[in-house]
Amino acid sequence: MKTDKCVLLDHGSGGIASQELISQLFLKYLDDPILGSLEDSAVLPNQPGKIAFSTDSYVVDPLFFPGGNIGTLAVHGTINDLAMRGARPLCLSLGLILEEGFPLQDLEQIIISIADCCKSANVPVVTGDTKVVPRGKCDKIFINTSGIGFVPDDVSVSSTMAKEGDSILLSGSMGDHGITIMTRRAGISLEGNLASDSAALHELVALLLDKLPAGSLHTLRDPTRGGVATSLNEIAEASNLTAEITEQDIPVHKEVRAACEIMGLDPLYLANEGKCLLLVDPQYAKQALQLMQSTDVGKEAAIIGTLTAGKGGRVVLRTGIGGSRVISPLHGEPLPRIC
Amino acid sequence: MKYLDEFRDKTLAEPLLAELQRAVTKPFRVMEVCGTHTMSIFRSGMRSLLPEGLDLVSGPGCPVCVTSASHIDAIIAMAQMENTRIALFGDLFRVPGSENRSLANASSQGAHVDIVYSAMDSLELARKYPDDLIIFLGVGFETTTPGIAATIMAAHNQQIDNFAVFSTHKVMPPPLIALLDDPELQIDGLLCPGHVSAIIGASAFQPLVDKYNLSCVVGGFEPSDILQALILLARQIAKGEPKIENAYTRVVSWESNARATKMVEEIFEPADMEWRGLGMIPASGLTIRDKYAHFDVTKRLDIKLKPAKEPKGCRCGEILKGKEQPTACPLFGKRCTPANPIGPCMVSSEGTCAAFYKYGE
Repeated sequence: MKTDKCVLLDHGSGGIASQELISQLFLKYLDDPILGSLEDSAVLPNQPGKIAFSTDSYVVDPLFFPGGNIGTLAVHGTINDLAMRGARPLCLSLGLILEEGFPLQDLEQIIISIADCCKSANVPVVTGDTKVVPRGKCDKIFINTSGIGFVPDDVSVSSTMAKEGDSILLSGSMGDHGITIMTRRAGISLEGNLASDSAALHELVALLLDKLPAGSLHTLRDPTRGGVATSLNEIAEASNLTAEITEQDIPVHKEVRAACEIMGLDPLYLANEGKCLLLVDPQYAKQALQLMQSTDVGKEAAIIGTLTAGKGGRVVLRTGIGGSRVISPLHGEPLPRIC
Repeated sequence: MKYLDEFRDKTLAEPLLAELQRAVTKPFRVMEVCGTHTMSIFRSGMRSLLPEGLDLVSGPGCPVCVTSASHIDAIIAMAQMENTRIALFGDLFRVPGSENRSLANASSQGAHVDIVYSAMDSLELARKYPDDLIIFLGVGFETTTPGIAATIMAAHNQQIDNFAVFSTHKVMPPPLIALLDDPELQIDGLLCPGHVSAIIGASAFQPLVDKYNLSCVVGGFEPSDILQALILLARQIAKGEPKIENAYTRVVSWESNARATKMVEEIFEPADMEWRGLGMIPASGLTIRDKYAHFDVTKRLDIKLKPAKEPKGCRCGEILKGKEQPTACPLFGKRCTPANPIGPCMVSSEGTCAAFYKYGE
């Protein structure tokens, strides 16, 4: 396929141009036999356990950023949503909405990333759809992915399973994705290695479910938009307990902290795309920590706090100077401050 | 991070807190003038550690919060004109004017609104959109004004025609004098704004010591900086010897920053200014001099401020004067939240209501 060209309305017409796009671009990289059969729906083999089903749409701007692109987010995001319920992801759907005039070269790069992520996660795209809208009717490319996974019968992971005394763990540093996008959007170039943390967490989750005693991993949550602060508030709300966390125990890369200082942002509220919060029976917190630290995506994992009996639905931060304050959920988009 | 971590750590803070405990020998009230102080005090959880008898009230030093409803209305009107683009610092975006309308509403209806991180970025916008007039919203105290003066100077030198500034710049000692003349406000000391003082010099607060017998200490913004400033204030108040002390010597000098001051004076001249909650205060603002009138959007587009009503029931005025706590406002946390703010103190990341709401007091 010639790469100096761009997306035309014809590419979404269902005619020859659509077929060309499918055969010369999508199937070239996404080489799954079920997808390649080009049937109206994918028929999948049955699996033992309960079905997990999740969907998410991706409209990130900029499309490309250090650490990933809209395609990597679309794969990792939906895989992670499945994994957060203890599911083993089986397959994905891929829906693309393209703006007329979008460079085919960029589309190809995104599809290659999607294919690479699917391959390394071992979760294929098995069905897809493409629409093209006239110029100005969408912003370059929007992606939707849905995913199906299976939860083993003996696994039950949810926010409502959190218990008083549970240890709160975070699988790595927070804020990397959010600050990378915000600084790019603002055109701020900072020295250092700011990069999105876009990553799939299902293998980490599978390891924990496999090695920890059954029932000791109570809750998993990926702190995407709204950050760790918002996810912890949701957990505290669902469990009617207080989440107490210690500021100095929460891993934050120094580049992220520096950028947050400049822009007046709080890393607790920044999005993550390859991290999870875990609530674990305190007896097994250390084991969970060591298991995570043995993996690439979890090597900076830390125990950051405890779920306590205090006022329900509340998150309290123990600060560096020994004080405490309440952490509320995010209200509106984080805005940079004036001074 | 160097120069930050050590000021946010127990190693320094614990002995400072113990010393503050010893220094507070009688009840007293301190106003922290600057919104950044307010936020740092809340963020660090300091309020849960302060000794009894030390009462902190927030002052009028959040530049977004003191921007009047009539200014916001004028900004929205400009945003809705043909061929204009508003460039602004982010936390102005959601500030409501009269009738609870903000730039966020105007933006959702098609107005061009760009959040920038430096005034200089608006000159980039001017180059990018040659057919639009880029209107930068000049909001802020002495700390932000020099950067905006430098931007106007750059636009002048580079002959950038499609750029103008809406100046609501404010200067620091006048509103404090207006507040201190109010007999209802009982305060013993001022935690003076560190970054404003870096420009105007610690000596700028001398009139407040002379006229109102007020203890004044210039403080930095990290928890340990603030604790140190509070210790100095407590000692002064206990002794009854009000004076200016500088607890932020790594940034602030006794005298003003001559270069920044000269730049500001070249572009701006003093003007009466309307403050939200405080009303019109003589010579408390800055307007663009006639020499640079081309960059003054009020002259270029003939913008006139119209009287605007403050939102009904909103207590931001009393809160900005340090007379009331946000929790006394009937709207606080009910109709007025950070997601749906009615008063400006709930919008800005430096606002007292936002701090109370966010950090749960």
